[in-house]
Amino acid sequence: MTAPLLETAGLQAWYGESHVLHGVDLHVNEGEMICILGRNGMGKTTTLRAIMGILRKRTGRISFAGQDMMNVPLHKTARAGLGFVPEERGIFATLSVEENLMLPPKVADGGMSVAEIYALFPNLLERRNSPGTKLSGGEQQMLAMARILRTGARCLLLDEPTEGLAPVIINAIGDVLRQLKQRGMTVVLVEQNFRFAATVANRFYLMDHGTMTAEFPVSDLPNRMDLLHRELGV
Amino acid sequence: MTMIFGIPVQALMGQLLVGLINGSFYALLSLGLAVIFGLLRVINFAHGAQYMLGAFTALLLLTVGGVNYWLALVLAPLIVGLFGAVIERTMLSRLYKLDPLYGLLFTFGLALAIEGTFRYFYGASGMPYAAPGALTGAVNLGFMFLPVYRGWVVVASLVVCLGVWFLIEKTKLGAYLRAATENPVLVQSFGVNVPLLLTLTYALGAGLAAFAGVLAAPVYQVSPLMGSNLIIIVFAVVVVGGMGSILGAIVTGYLLGVVEGLTKVFYPEASNIVIFVIMAIVLILRPAGLFGKDA
Repeated sequence: MTAPLLETAGLQAWYGESHVLHGVDLHVNEGEMICILGRNGMGKTTTLRAIMGILRKRTGRISFAGQDMMNVPLHKTARAGLGFVPEERGIFATLSVEENLMLPPKVADGGMSVAEIYALFPNLLERRNSPGTKLSGGEQQMLAMARILRTGARCLLLDEPTEGLAPVIINAIGDVLRQLKQRGMTVVLVEQNFRFAATVANRFYLMDHGTMTAEFPVSDLPNRMDLLHRELGV
Repeated sequence: MTMIFGIPVQALMGQLLVGLINGSFYALLSLGLAVIFGLLRVINFAHGAQYMLGAFTALLLLTVGGVNYWLALVLAPLIVGLFGAVIERTMLSRLYKLDPLYGLLFTFGLALAIEGTFRYFYGASGMPYAAPGALTGAVNLGFMFLPVYRGWVVVASLVVCLGVWFLIEKTKLGAYLRAATENPVLVQSFGVNVPLLLTLTYALGAGLAAFAGVLAAPVYQVSPLMGSNLIIIVFAVVVVGGMGSILGAIVTGYLLGVVEGLTKVFYPEASNIVIFVIMAIVLILRPAGLFGKDA
């Protein structure tokens, strides 16, 4: 059995004095798409930020592709092959769509070419010279994902990509995620919309108060509906 | 004698030239301040001292090493830029997580320390620095004589300002700088070494100040106080242009230099305050400055 591409063990993290993660254990195999579910404030985004190294006050173990990531500086985390798409998308207002797309440096071969990205996201091609923040919410989400796909990152940390978007845009993002899965991209998805996540993810983690309280494959979802309704309040 | 608005054309053009020369220094210095403030959010009160250091470096290179003006124009900004990089890495970078006031106080103290040290060794009076032979003399434009060196100052300043504007607005490095100004943590998460970018930016700002200092040495003489005399005006220029605005710093620098020069012709009594009056009006009408983000 091969080792997971990404693994955390006993991961704890703090915002200042506030202890947010209380020992997160998760693993993601190469080419797998996992989804972390949980209500607001349970530590899902914090988990991604701690893995990425944006949140530096952390203990425990994070390994990626066999490398211990705990002491790796933030700018070297991306070079190791981790790509982060934040919930707020982080589109730069002073840069055009194409400048936003081309901004992250390539970290490895195997990323999508600009032509492939424009084929996947035709809206971005049409608006390539517009200021990044003039895009709609859905287009900004696509741009935020596209710019990481170009870099050759092996693992995508994707924070609530469907939040605040219209159903038709959510479907489009689902299509993109399925295409990424077919290409063998490893994805850690944070979502509250488990019905959307069920169409793309292989496995679910359920998060509550800074720890993982359940882990199950997508095929087990029908048996977990009571748990999800109870934990997610849906 | 040809007159414009009752003023002899020679006098008008002469003051216009003086205004353009002063504007060249304002533009170079405010550009450096804007670059530093834009990314580091530090109000660099040491900028005047770095301008003075540029002039003194050129003078010392000449008197100690026999290095000529042209070489000094390259070496002095590099030396002062390196000094700026060391200051940023070892001291200023420790203050980024604190209130911006700490950066201001630190650079203010640094300016006092640098100027005090030079005043201790060289006194307060100015020392001459000759313009290079190729730039001496004057050209007869028909309506006035244009001193060659002063024309060179305007051209050199314009070229450097446009070069820096191009670097920031049209290159990949500039895109990193602009993006890091908005969200440095995200840019770092893309794999860009933002701490190094901050160091290089401070070095660039200090280098620009030093370049202005070398240009100024043959015009104003080299004095430990030459920077502190100028820095308050330059801050006013940056505020009028819009804090952190690159284009604003350049355009406003030249514009206010010319306005100041013309005021000396039409109403000399107001020439020392006209820039500050404009600053007050701009702050009331457009608090973000003429080219600021909210304007």
